[in-house]
Amino acid sequence: MNLISITNSVLAVLLAPLMFGIINRTKAIFAGRTGQPLLQTYYDISKLFKKGAVYSSTTTWVFLAGPLVGFAAVIAATVFIPFGGLPALFAFKGDFVVLAYFLGLARFMTVLSALDTGSSFEGMGASREVTFSALAEPAFLIGLAAVAKYTGHISLSPMLTGIDSVSWGHAAPALALISLAFFVVLLSENCRIPVDDPNTHLELTMIHEVMVLDHSGPDFAFILYGATLKLWLLGSILIGIIVPVHSGILLLDIVSSLLGMLALAVVIGIIESIMARLRLLHVPQLLLGATALSILALVLVSR
Amino acid sequence: MNNSIDTIMILLVLMNLMLLGLSSLGTCIRVVAAQGIALGILPLVMHGGISDIRLTLFSAAIIGLKGIVFPWLLSRAMRDVSAQREVEPFIGYGKSVIIGPLALVVCMWLGSRLPLPLDIVSPMLVPVAFFTIMSGLFLIISRKKALSQVLGYIVLENGIFTFGMTLAEKQPLLVELGILLDVFVAVFVMGIVIFHINRELDHIDTDRLSSLRS
Amino acid sequence: MSLLILGLCVIACSGFVALLWGNKPKLSSSLACAGVVAGAVLGLIPAITVLLNGAKESLRYDWSIPLGSFFIELDPVSALFLIPIFVLSALAAIYGTQYLRPYHQQKFLGAHWFFYNMLAASMAMVVLARNAVLFLIAWEVMSLASFFLVTFEHEEKQNREAGWTYLVAMHIGTAFLLAFFILLGSSTGSLDFDVIGNIAPSTANILFLLAVIGFGTKAGFMPMHVWLPEAHPAAPSHVSAVMSGVMIKTGIYGLVRTLILLGQPQEWWAWLLIAIGVSSGVLGVLFALAQHDLKRLLAYHSVENIGIITLGLGLGLLGLSTGLPALAVLGFAGGLFHVVNHAFFKGLLFLGAGSIAHATGTREIDSLGGLLKRMPWTGLTFLIGAVAISGLPPLNGFASEFLIYLGVFKNGITNGAQAVVLALCIIGGLALIGGLACACFTKAFGIIFLGEPRTEHARRAHEVAFAMRLPMLILAICCILIGLLSPYVIRYAAPVLTQATSLDSQVVAEEVADTSTVMWWFVAAAGLLIGLVVFLAVMRKWMLRGRTVRSAGTWDCGYAAPSPRMQYTASSFAQPLIYLFKPFLMTRSKPVSTKEYFPAESGFATETADVSLRYLFEPVFNWINKTLSRLHWLQHGRLQLYVLYIALTLLILLVWKMR
Repeated sequence: MNLISITNSVLAVLLAPLMFGIINRTKAIFAGRTGQPLLQTYYDISKLFKKGAVYSSTTTWVFLAGPLVGFAAVIAATVFIPFGGLPALFAFKGDFVVLAYFLGLARFMTVLSALDTGSSFEGMGASREVTFSALAEPAFLIGLAAVAKYTGHISLSPMLTGIDSVSWGHAAPALALISLAFFVVLLSENCRIPVDDPNTHLELTMIHEVMVLDHSGPDFAFILYGATLKLWLLGSILIGIIVPVHSGILLLDIVSSLLGMLALAVVIGIIESIMARLRLLHVPQLLLGATALSILALVLVSR
Repeated sequence: MNNSIDTIMILLVLMNLMLLGLSSLGTCIRVVAAQGIALGILPLVMHGGISDIRLTLFSAAIIGLKGIVFPWLLSRAMRDVSAQREVEPFIGYGKSVIIGPLALVVCMWLGSRLPLPLDIVSPMLVPVAFFTIMSGLFLIISRKKALSQVLGYIVLENGIFTFGMTLAEKQPLLVELGILLDVFVAVFVMGIVIFHINRELDHIDTDRLSSLRS
Repeated sequence: MSLLILGLCVIACSGFVALLWGNKPKLSSSLACAGVVAGAVLGLIPAITVLLNGAKESLRYDWSIPLGSFFIELDPVSALFLIPIFVLSALAAIYGTQYLRPYHQQKFLGAHWFFYNMLAASMAMVVLARNAVLFLIAWEVMSLASFFLVTFEHEEKQNREAGWTYLVAMHIGTAFLLAFFILLGSSTGSLDFDVIGNIAPSTANILFLLAVIGFGTKAGFMPMHVWLPEAHPAAPSHVSAVMSGVMIKTGIYGLVRTLILLGQPQEWWAWLLIAIGVSSGVLGVLFALAQHDLKRLLAYHSVENIGIITLGLGLGLLGLSTGLPALAVLGFAGGLFHVVNHAFFKGLLFLGAGSIAHATGTREIDSLGGLLKRMPWTGLTFLIGAVAISGLPPLNGFASEFLIYLGVFKNGITNGAQAVVLALCIIGGLALIGGLACACFTKAFGIIFLGEPRTEHARRAHEVAFAMRLPMLILAICCILIGLLSPYVIRYAAPVLTQATSLDSQVVAEEVADTSTVMWWFVAAAGLLIGLVVFLAVMRKWMLRGRTVRSAGTWDCGYAAPSPRMQYTASSFAQPLIYLFKPFLMTRSKPVSTKEYFPAESGFATETADVSLRYLFEPVFNWINKTLSRLHWLQHGRLQLYVLYIALTLLILLVWKMR
């Protein structure tokens, strides 16, 4: 355990909301608007933290536990993530499985707290969430298996440091496939276009947003903050593969990874500007496609 | 060099998967065209550059036929019969996308079992060739429109072509050219047949052709 | 050992006593329950000792039955299976005394408790027996006792049919086991399990297949699982808990014992088990997702969990046959650990289902809702069980699945197509099973316990009595503790793993130590998670202090008159996944279409019958029925002719022998 690695968690907690700001700014530029301030998500979160709360009379303690466990699980998951050359705070064999299942726990509780309201809209969102995440899980873990096979390590930190510019030289196809698969998983897990539209407020079409309709005040702040952190988590794994800068100079590595995250946010923003949301019936096809890419990558690295 | 062969192989696999999962016939035709072009580049990549005139001509012929002529013929047929989409295939697109990777794994296993007389250039070649052949057959079996079946037929031939490439230089180009000619004629004939079927019956759904039997 | 024998005697004797006092239901129940609890405590002491120090204790008497000997032995593998058997039998018995209270006036409870105690004792005997004849007798007693328990409410036709399916399935399995033991005996020359003869590979192959079918029928491998979803809903809930939690594990035990007896495995055995594991796991959870009856849903989840256990065992076998010790140790560790874990959380969930049925009078998920407010303890424990069975951290279900993952990642992804298939089956399979199990249990818990009551049944619900809450609470605490203490559990499992894998104890010890370190990291992360939850909870409380916290109705998007019936139902929650996996499930829907402009009534129902029952077993049994009905003329009810048949048979046999 390397105590300086706590920087990873600190960076995640500090910078994650900025990602949303960049995505929104990119979308605004595409639409020819000035757009909201880059720090808007921070303002939103701090405002929500200062508010009171309204709870539905139908709900029980599960409704309160959902945001808590969801937020705690994503914060706890930041300790498994290496960032910019720094190994993760908790690096052990099979840590990425624990990471994936921590996110699973967060989802489980979020879904339950949506069902706790008894609203059919929230039930609908919950139903879609469990459907799509069940399909995204194999894509994610098989992709990680391919990375593990390629680098010969089974802990996230050595796995990501094991990929450098040389690897992109002689295993570019496999790494590109994995990156693509992870990108699809990232979009789906974070409920971005083309799987879900974070902007709509028509409940029938939404997944994540509709699940949290009834949350308010600090609870909603937990959810919003948790969503940004989840994007940061999956994003930093993806950036660890795509931007393999391991110069040995800590500052350079971290800055290049941060630039990678910035670029990722811009790319997500561009995708949201130029693509439409898929029909719900076609989302499983997209996720199965991502699984196929992961399998193909595994085939490539383990022949 | 190996890396670029791998890239082409992966592109082939991805295109096969796309063909399994797409419903728009126009896009399918474009994917098949792209597959033809990728295959045309393959001999150049495998046997070192464009210095060999014979090889270059061969590649140009393949790209010309598979990448330009066939797609053009098929697009015209599509326009003539105004069939934009494959409707309700026997096996749905979602299922096809699941079957695809599974078939790929089976092909990997087959490829590792197949005794080959010569050492092959890339270990990906045989499985990908198998997979392409199987995708072609799958398209022919599972789709309803005659146009999709022609596409499947071309994909099948692409697989056979890839398989031929595994045997490296030993394969006489003449044989390959012969096959190419066969396919050319077949596509041509099919194009005409599709046109006539459509004129007689107002559709090109092969599962409804049995009505001609009486 | 003597404590163990004493314990078994106490259980059996209290069963007889309960039968004798059967006309006094209260006394009978208490006696039987006290006997099981006392016997379990007595039996647990030697079991835990043997598990910790790895020594074997045996006992052998000659027996007048041909080829039989009363030969029992307690070794680490037996001890591992004994612990859940005793714990769950005792807790379910406590639960049962209260659960059966409504039947006091209607039923003769003495018989029920007699069979219950017989079941508990015979399960322990099955894992202790080291002689084929003794084993088969215990096995048969177990099957028969559980048959009588399943048909407890035999007044209802569907329960009788369920019992019949169960009886037939069990005896088909036993027939294969009989063949298995005869073949084993003839190739080793003895029916005692300690004689390991030289078994020829071809014989070993046949033996393995016989064992997979015979024991797999008990364990519930697809497609031999058909009895599970029939028998579990029919049985009283505490019996379902015992049957699903531990009785089906005797099938797994038999398989493990067979593998130890057969020695060096062959590679295709491993692949067969992995294939069975994946198909049972994925299809089990899919069918569970499509069910409307809570206990049927749980029964299909047993199939899924048996699939996960089998995946672990298959992985272990693969490690043994290809010489990868880490794979072998972690595979067996994951599989066997899951055996224990599943006993705890599935026992808990079945008891919870029983409480729900007890309190509301229905098991139909779609007619429940809002039970958490009415039954807070049942709800809390059910939620813990649901999180555990979905394989989520920090509970025990995750720990065992994690070991299987770790095995594949560590040592399983070698080169070539085989590695890809393995990764696909185990990593892809477990990930998919995990995701689907999440969907299934958010559905079960969310629809039953959350929201508003959908019917009068649910509105009238009340919390169950303390005797029913206590076992659930203990099991829930066990689930949490086993999860958080998993490093210790792994460390103390070393003797079991040495025995199950037949590897050098040094190799196993190293692997176990390594795994234990990994599990400590996991526990640290889980601790961090729990700490954060507590911190955030305190923070929210502090933030909301002095602010307005209001209560209002759920946001209804402006609709004027929302009613509880408009809530999302379990069927609609599961619909996207059911639709996606339609080809496997073959769900039939029966919409009542509306015709006029002002339709009077309409409806929609879906039904997911078991595919293998409908398309495999029913046709086969119908064919057998039809074929055998041609022999119907033999059967006409005249006693004299039956005696004639017997005499003729005897005569023919005599002539044949004397010729």
